[in-house]
Amino acid sequence: MQATIVTAINDALHTAMAADDRVVTLGEDVAESGGVFRATEGLKEEFGDERVVDTPLSEIAIVGGAVGLAVYGYRPVAEIQFSGFLPPAFDQLVTHASRIRWRTRGTWSVPMVVRMPYGGGVRALEHHSESLEGAYSHVPGLKVVVPSTPRDAKGLLLAAVRDPDPVLFMEPKRVYRSFREEVPEGDVEEPIAEAAVRREGEAVTVVSWGAMMEPTTAAVERLGVDAEVIDLRTIAPMDTETVVGSVEKTGRCVVVHEGPRTGGVGAEVVARINDDALMYLEAPVERVTGFDVPVPMLAMEDYYLPNPPRVAAGIERVLSV
Amino acid sequence: MAEREPSESPTGPQAGRISQADIEVGRARIVRPDGSHDADAVPDLDDQQLQDLYRWMVLERTFDERMVSLQRRGELGTYASGRGQEASIVGSGYALEGDDWLLGTGREAAAMLLRGVSIRDLVLFWRGVGDAAKFMAEENAMIAISIGSQLPMTTGAAWGMALDDAESVVAAYFGDGATSTGTFHEALNFAGVLGVPAVFFCQNNQYAISTPFEKQTRAGTLAQRAVGYGIEGIRVDGNDVLAVYEAMREARALARGGTPAFVESVTYRMDAHTTSDDPTRYRDESEVEEWERRDPIDRYEAFLRSKGLFGEVDREGIVEEVEAEFRAGLEAADDYPEGDVEAVFEYLYAELPPNLEEQLAAFEALLEERPEINDYIERRPKG
Repeated sequence: MQATIVTAINDALHTAMAADDRVVTLGEDVAESGGVFRATEGLKEEFGDERVVDTPLSEIAIVGGAVGLAVYGYRPVAEIQFSGFLPPAFDQLVTHASRIRWRTRGTWSVPMVVRMPYGGGVRALEHHSESLEGAYSHVPGLKVVVPSTPRDAKGLLLAAVRDPDPVLFMEPKRVYRSFREEVPEGDVEEPIAEAAVRREGEAVTVVSWGAMMEPTTAAVERLGVDAEVIDLRTIAPMDTETVVGSVEKTGRCVVVHEGPRTGGVGAEVVARINDDALMYLEAPVERVTGFDVPVPMLAMEDYYLPNPPRVAAGIERVLSV
Repeated sequence: MAEREPSESPTGPQAGRISQADIEVGRARIVRPDGSHDADAVPDLDDQQLQDLYRWMVLERTFDERMVSLQRRGELGTYASGRGQEASIVGSGYALEGDDWLLGTGREAAAMLLRGVSIRDLVLFWRGVGDAAKFMAEENAMIAISIGSQLPMTTGAAWGMALDDAESVVAAYFGDGATSTGTFHEALNFAGVLGVPAVFFCQNNQYAISTPFEKQTRAGTLAQRAVGYGIEGIRVDGNDVLAVYEAMREARALARGGTPAFVESVTYRMDAHTTSDDPTRYRDESEVEEWERRDPIDRYEAFLRSKGLFGEVDREGIVEEVEAEFRAGLEAADDYPEGDVEAVFEYLYAELPPNLEEQLAAFEALLEERPEINDYIERRPKG
């Protein structure tokens, strides 16, 4: 079937709930209205209001409630309406979700998913544009997944729902509906913790994920360079092998992300290349990222977000050494 | 949609006001401080059970005393004593049943023991041995160190029980300080909306470390908060074991029927917050002495005497018995095998991801290569 990212997510939720009656969907406006982005549309009609639940405007209760459901034996999929509203509930992820298996030495576990649209470029109000995957991937015990295509959105979400551990599923809302592609019908998972090589090349490795795959791909096409483009797909645990293997081949690397630069995932990619492939490098690894500032209000956000010419400049710089 | 504005509710320029003065919340009590009691109100417990409650309170007291002295000797990391709160801890714990869950805060030892957790495991917990939480989890129990953080999870697990039509409830134990957190509000509100079998049991022991109740809230009571969430509130004399038992039993029944309940058990923390705290810095000895006169064990002893049930009770015998139990638990804790470095990494995920495998392997190799690292770690204090 042809699907956008948001319809693929909707399809994954229908598939997951049909396959396992322990899957419960909860969040603000997810049942009656089908979600502000329509990601949960039709779930209440198909699975009833016991398993598809509109919650109070209460992020801590949504995430913390999901933790309790998961520990008790359910497989909750919680929606946080915008990732900018997760911080109050971050405590529940840090304090309980991510460590209950570890705390109880495997006796309890927290097989839950928190889905949330993230990222800038949609002309929204403050707190509707951040990309804090770097902060979330710093939490031991949490998996952080960021799809960039409809096919991955479906396959990775299905895998996340079946994953035995908590998964933070960050959806690139900027490209929710920007393109369609063929998505397999039925129950088809994509593996978590495996990066995807989107384009093979010899000259430079370009690593990105989520909504930044679009400017990354556009920059590579514009430059016409023989780049190897890697979509990380899972931020934590990171597929170091694919990145390092590629850098060993190309000797050059650019990382592109929209989150802030300092302590960002790009820094971790650089560190892993430093650990495992330093001697293969022909040039310092380049980072094209957001700045260490909040995402500006919508009138100015394009000064913040990496765009194709900025990514191209980064690629050129690393090729010029 | 529910009817929001019943037709009989008054309207007009002065209608719609509510203030603290409109709310008077009493305190459920069955046994008065002098041991006299309201005979009709005594819970339906047989003589054996009534005596058993006494034994459990003595156990809590003895356990707290032993744990504090173990800590003083450097054999525990820290300890949060429940001295003075025995009626609150035992009365509530005694009312829990079967597969009930207990998500606690650490100051409810006897309630944990009543759930099936062992003395050994409580000692291990305060020694920072990770496996303690495993054994608690096997008894459907957990201690949350971050204050109030377990309350949303309480609502969630109770939601699971409701979906399963289970016969059980989730009981959260926490202190007065926790009621000032956002998690408390969000958890109780959500529990009310869902109508799940959750019981929120607050031991209002008057202090959050040094912060007295008056600095925690301007509200007259904590129990009144229940009304704001549309759930049931019970305020109970937390030094009256029978009243606490009855309150918890009632709360449990309400929760089973789809109405979550919030119990405020009014008591007093006789010891420090933990062994790391010095309460003489922030409270008067006279206040402590006043509460000493309200000792929950003495009060219950007077009750048992008045019922003619104390004759068969041998407090010294109980203490000896409890001390023997404690010694056995302590010995088992002493014999508990030490963990190795792998335990630090294992169980974080169902399957160890490559980065953790790598970190573990590299660290193990380093320990092998540089034994002085191990020597250093072994010299560090463990208590």
